[in-house]
Amino acid sequence: MQRTDSQAAVTALGAVAPITSHAAAAPRASAQSAMLRIVKYILMDILRNKIVLGYTLFLLAVTFGLFNLSDNPAKGLISLLNILLIFTPLVSLVFSTIYFYNSYEFIELLAAQPLRRSVILWSQYLGLGIALSLATGVGVGVPLLIWSGLGGTGLLLLFITIVLSWVFVAIALLASVMTRDKAKGIGVALLLWFYFSLLYDAIVLLLMFSFNDYPLEKAMLALVSLNPIDLGRVIMLLQMDVSALMGYTGAIFREFLGTIWGMVYAGAILCCWIAIPLSLSFYIFKRKDF
Amino acid sequence: MLTINNLTKSFGRFRALDNVSVQLDEGQVVALIGPNGSGKTTLLKCILGLVIPDSGDIQLKGQNVLYHWGYRRSIGYMPQIGRYPDNMRVRQVFEVIREIRNSDETPDTELMEAFGVPQFENKMMRTLSGGTRQKVSACLAFLFNPPVLILDEPTAGLDPLSVEILKDKIQREKQKGKLILITSHILSDLDELTTHVLYLMDGKIRVHQSMDALKAETGEGKLNRAIAQLMKQDAHATH
Repeated sequence: MQRTDSQAAVTALGAVAPITSHAAAAPRASAQSAMLRIVKYILMDILRNKIVLGYTLFLLAVTFGLFNLSDNPAKGLISLLNILLIFTPLVSLVFSTIYFYNSYEFIELLAAQPLRRSVILWSQYLGLGIALSLATGVGVGVPLLIWSGLGGTGLLLLFITIVLSWVFVAIALLASVMTRDKAKGIGVALLLWFYFSLLYDAIVLLLMFSFNDYPLEKAMLALVSLNPIDLGRVIMLLQMDVSALMGYTGAIFREFLGTIWGMVYAGAILCCWIAIPLSLSFYIFKRKDF
Repeated sequence: MLTINNLTKSFGRFRALDNVSVQLDEGQVVALIGPNGSGKTTLLKCILGLVIPDSGDIQLKGQNVLYHWGYRRSIGYMPQIGRYPDNMRVRQVFEVIREIRNSDETPDTELMEAFGVPQFENKMMRTLSGGTRQKVSACLAFLFNPPVLILDEPTAGLDPLSVEILKDKIQREKQKGKLILITSHILSDLDELTTHVLYLMDGKIRVHQSMDALKAETGEGKLNRAIAQLMKQDAHATH
């Protein structure tokens, strides 16, 4: 079934190619369709992988469980937020790093073919990002749809989780292209997760404690931007009207991030969290020796 | 056809290639020889863009190859150790590569038939023996009828019958006027094929001569004897 599908796609692409084949346009078109083919192959490969299936089932179980357990859907949403903010970065980082190293042979094979290096890395990134987004979409999105009473807040949680997946796949790629050593790469990925999930908050707390004689609210705003997980958490909490719990800092956040421009700012910062690690990994990957 | 100018590449403090310049043309079968670690594979990988040189440039048909990719269409590459995704079937490897190349030309399946690839095409890559993997690598290198062939230790791990099949194939491609680069430590395998010898040592070119000139100079008829003679002369010159 899959085979005939892919063959049909190939013949379809092949049929389009001659029509558009002006001398200048042809290489570009063929590069794009080559990327599509590789992304499709990587996606198939990942979706057959039991870890992604397990992750989806885990998300389904957690989401259903939390909504069944708590009498108040808003409370359930906060618990879900906390769990997702820990697990999404962890799974995205570790799975992507391991997958990258396991497909090193495939990458090497592709590197000797008439393909741009950037096409090879893009297809890895897109394959991983799409697969993890699908897992999140099914694992979190479907239960949220069933409890449709949650509306916009639930949708925002789903969106933040998916954006964080793409952020941490990008960070995982950076960790993977930096070293050829698989153990080192996975170690770096785990350290990064540890830093973003636990260490960073501890450092922020320490700063607040040491400098609590000074007005820290503006600085907190900057500090929150330096950690995508915290940024996601703050955006979510602001939507849920629990920012009062965060005291004066919460009020400052509300004043800034609660506005349209604040949301645009938050979105731009999250985009930077994708763009910066990704462009660094492209820079390194293009100069890599196989 | 292939021009290399002042190519230099270091891995840390180790100089794998030291100011290598050479010009190779169509119809030549170039035997790239030299001791282990003399830079043969690095040179081939630089031509393919798998290794990025520190300085110098490589031109294929007058076009610079550094950071370009389209030129790889004209190269068939057989790596020293063919590494393939474990969870792919032999058939899938061929399918994926064919889809990527998306070539209009009818593929050259001569070698696939000669090696009997269809008989093991449903096996997983991880279950293949070293020699069978080499056969897959060889078939992929010749599949798209490229004008340049880069064969890194093509006969290592192959049984004698398969070595003969591969040599016959190389011979036929040579007659078509292709440029073929071969590295091998089994010099007798190269004997009937080679037209030129490129001898690398410590990342530098020691000898680049046609076979006829080399044979005339050393007075030896066989490649391995000629090379041995050359190394002896080298040893005398340095002492």
